[in-house]
Amino acid sequence: MAAAGKEKARRFSPTLEAWRRFRRHKLAVVSAVILLLMVAAIAIGPLLWRVPINEIDFTAKLEGPSWNHPFGTDDLGQDVLARLIYGGRISLAVGLSAMAVACIVGMLVGALAGMSRGSVDAGLMWLTDLFLSLPQLPLLLLVIYLFRDGLKAVLGPEGGVFVMIVIVIGGLRWMPVARLVRAQILSIREKEFVEAARALGASRLRIVLNHILPNALGPVIVAGTIDVAAAIIAESTLSFLGLGFPPDIPTWGRVLFDAKDYLDIAPHWALFPGALIFLAVVSINFIGDGLRDALDPRRVL
Amino acid sequence: MNRNYLIRRLLIAVPSLLGISIVLYTVLALAPGDPFGELATNPNVPAEVRMALRAKFGLDDPIYLRYFHWLVAMIHGDWGFSFVSRVDVDTLILQRLPATLFVIGSAQLIAILVALPVGVLAGTRPYSVFDQIANTLAFVGFSLPTFFTGLLLILIFSIQLDWLPFVYRSDINAHGLQWVWEYIKQAIMPVTVLGLFQGASLVRYVRASVLDVARLDYVTTARSKGIGERRVITRHIVRTALIPVVTLVALQMPIVFSGAIVTEQIFRIPGIGSLLIASILANDTPVVMAVTFVFACLVVLFNLIADVLYGWLDPRIAFR
Repeated sequence: MAAAGKEKARRFSPTLEAWRRFRRHKLAVVSAVILLLMVAAIAIGPLLWRVPINEIDFTAKLEGPSWNHPFGTDDLGQDVLARLIYGGRISLAVGLSAMAVACIVGMLVGALAGMSRGSVDAGLMWLTDLFLSLPQLPLLLLVIYLFRDGLKAVLGPEGGVFVMIVIVIGGLRWMPVARLVRAQILSIREKEFVEAARALGASRLRIVLNHILPNALGPVIVAGTIDVAAAIIAESTLSFLGLGFPPDIPTWGRVLFDAKDYLDIAPHWALFPGALIFLAVVSINFIGDGLRDALDPRRVL
Repeated sequence: MNRNYLIRRLLIAVPSLLGISIVLYTVLALAPGDPFGELATNPNVPAEVRMALRAKFGLDDPIYLRYFHWLVAMIHGDWGFSFVSRVDVDTLILQRLPATLFVIGSAQLIAILVALPVGVLAGTRPYSVFDQIANTLAFVGFSLPTFFTGLLLILIFSIQLDWLPFVYRSDINAHGLQWVWEYIKQAIMPVTVLGLFQGASLVRYVRASVLDVARLDYVTTARSKGIGERRVITRHIVRTALIPVVTLVALQMPIVFSGAIVTEQIFRIPGIGSLLIASILANDTPVVMAVTFVFACLVVLFNLIADVLYGWLDPRIAFR
């Protein structure tokens, strides 16, 4: 009886329970701390490290790490740390926005396919399969090649490239989310509580928004987390191939692209951005893994 | 395995190829700019000639007609003419394709050779120290972007140790065994970069698949019959667990191609990936379109192979 009373005294909520499960994944917790530190660094970094990103100083070019330049300097004597702080904002912003695009499109397509039986469902799933079998990077490169100049003219060089990269990366990554949402809806919509809602006269839209989607959110959050990592890699890859952001926007991939020809005399210039990309991606992936454990209420730990 | 299944799979591949070609063509058609933009601004080209050229290439036709013309030309093997190299696009691609296929193929081989034993060991001893180490390393492996691993390897093995060349050459000045050795030496780094990246994600699939199979009843039956653990693993578990892995290897192909483009660019391998980048930088539209289409065809081909292999390996698949 005493044990039961104690059990009752402990508050349980889905969030608390998820947090309790998340904490068990040690690497995920460490990763969350690392990622938070990185976010904090790129958020308040420019306030603490007041070196401009484009201050050219030929007397100090290609210098290794020192007190004046903790991450060294590049071929124009620009401070690598300042550039990486600035670039980190863009890289993470691209990752988050592309994830948002992918999740929104995926949830829309998945919900539409899941709620409509018959030809709409079949057609949307055919489209999803088609997109899954598209070669991503070649298509990404093709779209950027074809639309680069047009969007630059409309939105300016920085905004244009940003919007395009976000839309293209997001537009090529919605398929797993769509499949997940559809599968979840197919199983949830046959559950009793949905039937109860339908019996009470709830509209289809209300059933989807209030009853089904919240219950299908767990896997979507996990997929979304991993999408952030994938989008960061995709953006870095584009920039690394010289087809992403222009040189004056030093995203991590772009810095790496500029640094790769100086590998023999200034390895630090390439190592720092590469390590940052890796650190961001690996921590996001571990967090995704931890969330997978945390957000699956049926999983016994 | 019956023939109907094969034929049906082939018939499904055709619409997906058509769908991909429609997506590619729509992207091209929506893009601003004009393939004859250069001619339009060139004052030496009279307006009548320009109009005649446009009419000849059907540029003023409605879009679906242009798509059909393009598709028919592609099927006939008339892939156009590279603006930059002054060669037919199909010869250009055929020259470059073997290098790409060689690198991708060897990388897949390495990935499988690494991932199979590690994944099986980790899957048969779940949550052991080995499993945890393998899992963590796998996470690290597929979080390392190929462009960074490539640069790291160049830094260590070419610049610091000076063991391996970092530029891939198709014209090696050597004969016989020397040639083979030089060829292997220059392929080691690109293949390792791609192979480890692939292997890392493969380890997790193998492990998950082994875990799924290991708790099936027939495995318990095999153990209770007194068959040794090693034999149970190799003869009973692995054989079944590999079926979904085969499919996954083929389904991973789009990602492999992305990795191949990056690797070819870093190590300057003369494959179709570096051809794509070079053509993009040189505004060589026919080559860009054709290479993208070749990549798409390869992906569909590998999906087809995956499905066929799956049907052949797994007798539980129903051929309706």
